[in-house]
Amino acid sequence: MPETTAIDTEHKLLYHMLRVRRIEEALASRYAEQEMRCPMHLCIGQEASAVGVSAALTQNDHVFSGHRAHGHYLAKGGDLPRMIAELYGRVTGCCQGRGGSMHLIDTAAGFMGSTPIVGGTVPVAVGAAWASKLRNDGRVIALFFGDGCFEEGVLHESMNFAALHRLPILFICENNAYAVYTGLDQRQPQRPIHGIARAHGLQAEEQDGNDVRVVHAAASEAVQRARAGDGPQFLELRTWRWREHCGPEIDDHLGYRDPEAQAAWQARCPIQREQDYLRRHNLLTDDQLQHLEQLIQQEIDDAFDSATAAPLPPVENMYGHLHAQ
Amino acid sequence: MDTSMPNNPSLDTSPLADCREQSGAEALNDALGLCLQRDANTLLIGEGVPDPMGIFGTTAGLRERFGAERVLDMPLSENGLTGICVGAAISGMRPIMVHQRIDFTLLAMDQLINNAAKWRYMFAGQASVPLVVRCIVGRGWGQGPQHAQSLQALFAHIPGLKVVMPAFPDDAKGMFCAAVADDDPVIFIEHRWIHPVRGEVPDGYYETPLDKARLRREGRHITIAAFSFMTIEALRAARALARLGVEAEVIDMRSVSPLDVPAVLRSVARTGRLLVADTGHQSFGVAGELISRVVRQGFDHLKAAPASVTLPDLPCPTSHAWAGHYYPGAVTIAEQALRLCGRSIDDAARCELNTLIPATPPDIPNPEYRGPF
Repeated sequence: MPETTAIDTEHKLLYHMLRVRRIEEALASRYAEQEMRCPMHLCIGQEASAVGVSAALTQNDHVFSGHRAHGHYLAKGGDLPRMIAELYGRVTGCCQGRGGSMHLIDTAAGFMGSTPIVGGTVPVAVGAAWASKLRNDGRVIALFFGDGCFEEGVLHESMNFAALHRLPILFICENNAYAVYTGLDQRQPQRPIHGIARAHGLQAEEQDGNDVRVVHAAASEAVQRARAGDGPQFLELRTWRWREHCGPEIDDHLGYRDPEAQAAWQARCPIQREQDYLRRHNLLTDDQLQHLEQLIQQEIDDAFDSATAAPLPPVENMYGHLHAQ
Repeated sequence: MDTSMPNNPSLDTSPLADCREQSGAEALNDALGLCLQRDANTLLIGEGVPDPMGIFGTTAGLRERFGAERVLDMPLSENGLTGICVGAAISGMRPIMVHQRIDFTLLAMDQLINNAAKWRYMFAGQASVPLVVRCIVGRGWGQGPQHAQSLQALFAHIPGLKVVMPAFPDDAKGMFCAAVADDDPVIFIEHRWIHPVRGEVPDGYYETPLDKARLRREGRHITIAAFSFMTIEALRAARALARLGVEAEVIDMRSVSPLDVPAVLRSVARTGRLLVADTGHQSFGVAGELISRVVRQGFDHLKAAPASVTLPDLPCPTSHAWAGHYYPGAVTIAEQALRLCGRSIDDAARCELNTLIPATPPDIPNPEYRGPF
């Protein structure tokens, strides 16, 4: 997680979740301007996973992700203005306009890439872990994917290789129970996802993905084991996406998800729960919360200002970077 | 089969060095050893790499020299392992992957096309994928529909992939070293029948460019641009054509993507005629692409419509009864060349060609071959 000296240690988990939430809310509210012209998958409701795991990683550790990657990128310390600029198709974007929301990268922060073919970055992350093991550089790789990805053959090929070579990698399955509009029960039999990972030879467990402290504790132990040479780790984090699969809207009116389940999950909002925890322990006041909100809002305003003021990429840039120069 | 090198040393563009006669497989084995020795980040992985057969001898002895961490077998997970090699490559390693049949790469197309080919471009040059994928094209001994495809056109269609297919041992070695040293993914296609081809190979490490065709025989009447094993057949055809008064220039294309069109244009500017011989299918293929570019860029040089010699648009059938009909060879190339030069092909001409071009068995690479793979 990025260093934020302005934030008290006990507020860091809350701050980073709140930051991801507010950034994505700003994206959602400005999406209708038709200036961010790319598909966008918001993780509102799922922030605890990104933040809890990243808090367990070092700056030197590397993260890979998929199509719903804003939270993972931001929590690992990915540059916000460059992310917003990328969404606006600007030359100052993290991919200089080649990627948009579904392709994020910030190598300085250790966020090594996200791509939208489900399962696409899974073996790439395992390959990065293989390189780390061969070089014995002490790095752990964290890989985020969803329950839909668990149905991709390449994930099982990758878990097999990771277990065979005892690679330093943490697989994080964010199980939000839906692949676009299709529920898990339509796609997988009644058996635990983490149980299959365990059968592949990974150390696997299931945790509440909406409790950032639980996620942080489980991820910390898993990362420690991976770093110690105990081989690949697997965390299944149960969670819930609040908005539509792709786009800024709330799509409850489509009726593909049970409203009661929806309400129950929203009652377990990871940010509210962390606030409640801090208040219960007298670690958060209204003023402090207000301060966090102000810091975040200022950063968001600045990032949007710089992104929208940045130039679009010149035509000749389209041809570069196909091959090494 | 006569697979010796052409005699004219002035056409030989390989670096001056001590040479030895080697087979293509031996030259590749040397190249692999040199690459593994040169850079400790180089890895060699594939189904069968350390096994007793050593991928037709090309990987023999390498595990013993460089250790089990760097020279290793893999689970039967072509897509996963391709992605794993991409991940290792962007993390500073130089993985070499081997597929005993190019048909197996079809299981890995997602990782090759969506990741290997695009990673540098989509992330604006912030990462490199120095990956070599060796793919062997099968032929003969009943390899059949799923073990004998020649898929260079499929890969060459994808921006970001370099695709090369050498014919002679010296090029196989030099181009392999260049592929491993390259910072981008290279699909290195070895026709199984170039493995036994023998030729002079320079000693030591050297790199041969991945984007240049090579003139293998000079001639003034027609240009024959050939890919991979078809270069061997084209040279056999050219020797027969010379006896019939047709001097064919033979260009070993060596690389599919990028395609060295300027080399072909220079030759066609002298000869005015172009015949392209490829190991792949005809439709939407490499031969058609090369002809299209020459016609568009060198139309005024052409005295006749270009022609091609390719596989038919059919899967490869297994029975050896069909091998001689499915695979065109030197006789077909010579016939097409004569036609392009305005000669009529009657039964007498065909008979003469068959006399001039010694028959070779169509379903084995050399008379010593005994199967089974």
